[in-house]
Amino acid sequence: MKNIFSSRSGIIIVGAAIGIGAALLQYFGNPPNMGICVACFERDMAGALGFHRAEVVQYLRPEIIGFVLGAFIAALAAGEFKPRGGSAPLIRFFLGVFAMIGALIFLGCPWRALLRLAGGDGNAILGIAGLIFGIFIGIQFLKQGFSLGKAHVQKKSSGWIFPALMAGLFLLLVFQVSFAPGGPIFFSQKGPGSQHAPIAISIIAGLIIGALAQRSRFCTMGALRDVMLVRDFHLISGVLSLLIFAFVMNIILGQFKPGFVGQPVAHTDHVWNFLGMTLAGLAFVLAGGCPGRQLFLSGEGDMDAGIFVLGMIAGAAVAHNFFLASSPKGVTAFGPAAVIIGLVFCLITGFTLREKN
Amino acid sequence: MIELDVRGLSCPIPVVKTKQAMDKNPGEPIAVSGETAVSRENISRLATMRKYSIKEDLISNDEYRIILTPAGQ
Repeated sequence: MKNIFSSRSGIIIVGAAIGIGAALLQYFGNPPNMGICVACFERDMAGALGFHRAEVVQYLRPEIIGFVLGAFIAALAAGEFKPRGGSAPLIRFFLGVFAMIGALIFLGCPWRALLRLAGGDGNAILGIAGLIFGIFIGIQFLKQGFSLGKAHVQKKSSGWIFPALMAGLFLLLVFQVSFAPGGPIFFSQKGPGSQHAPIAISIIAGLIIGALAQRSRFCTMGALRDVMLVRDFHLISGVLSLLIFAFVMNIILGQFKPGFVGQPVAHTDHVWNFLGMTLAGLAFVLAGGCPGRQLFLSGEGDMDAGIFVLGMIAGAAVAHNFFLASSPKGVTAFGPAAVIIGLVFCLITGFTLREKN
Repeated sequence: MIELDVRGLSCPIPVVKTKQAMDKNPGEPIAVSGETAVSRENISRLATMRKYSIKEDLISNDEYRIILTPAGQ
């Protein structure tokens, strides 16, 4: 069966769906310039579970749950649900940890970098430039034969673990379970974690985007990588579509506010906006996908992608427990050191995990 | 014919290996064996861009083998 969503017009439609969906989710209550942010939302989930105690960023985000379950359903329907795993899981876990730390220094994943730009936040330019630079470094490793090695086919049941985890988290959200007075589950009373669209809207948006992205293989990192590595402009047309449609929707909804200073959930430290996303971009290339793509892969049974996602959630806990994550006031005393450690980890990984040609 | 086995490798390694095989062996047909629909789509797109014709030798739900032949062969 021909997959219409893997065509050029298909990927443009998917980018548009994400851009419009994100602007609408913001309109319905999600945080400003954060209609969808995979890194931020996984961080909020880590907080809701009590893995970190930053009170302003705790919520079980239905969008993340929807991404995994939407991809899971789409993959099952298309006969692409194929449990597989065993390709350097521990390295993938730490790539996830450092990708999240880098993203939380900048304050956003690649999707949010685009959405911030579409909302007028000039600081996103530094983040996107850093992302491109990180991907460029990663590509040099790919050209030298970098590979995390082969994955192996796994039993069907093992592929169900990640979707089942997400379904369980959805039940905890719907029933607002309290395991002890005051939580967990924690729900922010103020700050970005308290800002969210109604659960029904969020989960439906998540399911639709998850299914579309699974069919179309939408990936922001892959888009930039393919342009630089093989001059393939397929995925980038979806990314540009996301940016343009989010921008147009923001204009229509009155959400476009250009400038650098005073942007929502953002800071103006240009050097660390750039280097934070350099780290994230490099980690994404080595792991083979942006945070969104890793969720969709987890849904279709890729257990290595699942490990990366768990690494990102652990990374969010580390980033907030050890005061590495930036805030609108700027970077912290420890954040830059964490970026450097992360870059060293990624460079060692890139140099040492090479197959002989 | 160059034989390339990308089974078990996740994106983008299959397409990187195919590109390297094309660069190293210009004018030679390449047979690629792989597993995922994603890698097949990516490799097919690369082959089309580089004016290779694509023949599907084996397509099943679990694996595929495609033969890429450069123009003029």
